[in-house]
Amino acid sequence: MLATRAVLGPALRKVALSPRLASAATGILNEQRLNRPSSPHFTIYQPQLTWLGSIANRATGGGLSVLLYGFSLAYLVAPGTFDSAHVVEFVSGLPDAAKYAGKVILAAPFAFHSLNGLRHLSWDMGKFLTVKGAYGTGYAVLGATALSTVALVMM
Amino acid sequence: MQTIAASLIRTQSLRPASARTFVSSASRWQAVPTQKPVLQKEFKIYRWNPDEPAKKPTLQSYTIDLNQTGPMILDALIKIKNEIDPTLTFRRSCREGICGSCAMNIGGQNTLACLCRIDRKEGKDTKIYPLPHMYIVKDLVPDLTLFYKQYKSIQPYLQNDNPPAQGEFLQSQEDRKKLDGLYECILCACCSTSCPSYWWNQDEYLGPATLMQAYRWIADSRDSYGAQRKEKLQNEFSLYRCHTIFNCSRTCPKGLNPAAAIAKIKLELAAD
Repeated sequence: MLATRAVLGPALRKVALSPRLASAATGILNEQRLNRPSSPHFTIYQPQLTWLGSIANRATGGGLSVLLYGFSLAYLVAPGTFDSAHVVEFVSGLPDAAKYAGKVILAAPFAFHSLNGLRHLSWDMGKFLTVKGAYGTGYAVLGATALSTVALVMM
Repeated sequence: MQTIAASLIRTQSLRPASARTFVSSASRWQAVPTQKPVLQKEFKIYRWNPDEPAKKPTLQSYTIDLNQTGPMILDALIKIKNEIDPTLTFRRSCREGICGSCAMNIGGQNTLACLCRIDRKEGKDTKIYPLPHMYIVKDLVPDLTLFYKQYKSIQPYLQNDNPPAQGEFLQSQEDRKKLDGLYECILCACCSTSCPSYWWNQDEYLGPATLMQAYRWIADSRDSYGAQRKEKLQNEFSLYRCHTIFNCSRTCPKGLNPAAAIAKIKLELAAD
């Protein structure tokens, strides 16, 4: 038995470690890798406060930035049209429904983004770093957003 | 008891010898077959076959009787593979949540199939996908090559240039406690593949699983390479693509908290 192995061993090993076989396998593998689809992600993931809250934070932040920079640039380009007096005059001419709708559209993202910013600051200080903490603060921010939106609209 | 024994002997003595060899135990004789009601449940499972790469991935539907199946999703998958469709492909090994092989997206959440109970609500299907935003080898099997490479890149082993003169590295009980909740990770990749940041930036962002292990070695009092380890994370992508979304901690089948570990790395880097 030992003798057989000693005789056959090198021959068997040579076959097993043949570099040609190895490279052929890599070739097949690489060929297959090119075809692999990417599995579905946000379309199938369960809607959760965690990541939907994060998306909302992004979207409101982006929206508020566009408004700030857009308005500033517009004022820079056409100061005659976008100064305070003209804006006040334009808004006062709108119907009540449009005024309230506009206020909600401005107030809700502002309130949410500001309050959620506080949530992020507390995380960065090492507070509420548990799933329970994340959900508790998440619902608190949603509730506070609703209240402050109403308060801002009533102003 | 005596009467039962007596009647047993009587019945057996009445039977021909050949029958006795098959049906002879008392329990068999006493057992009353319980007829469980049929509880049909539909599973919709992601399928993709590398041998037909032109065909798009689809959801295939399988219906099995839950009363003839074990309690976990993995039991259902194994039953389907055994009895309905042997081409269904998935990874599994330990069936008790310690190997991390059967990580997949079940009902929209990443978890281990072996630890996930089947929802027994009637008329409600369960959808099973592979881990999200990963390249698919076949059906429920994702390609984890990059995930393992990222883990390797943080040098997940003890590094210390001044080993003790004799014996092993010693550690106080408090220092050892810092590793609890970190070392238990089984690298199933549920957390990393639940992270939107990892979905969009997995070529550069290390992801929660790898970062928690990075912190496990930073936090280890026996390791003297903490500064170098932190230096490697000090760039825009490796660590700071984490936006504290918490999907990772929410989904971890072992109940660990990668988000907190990453936040602690951020705090330590800020204090540097």
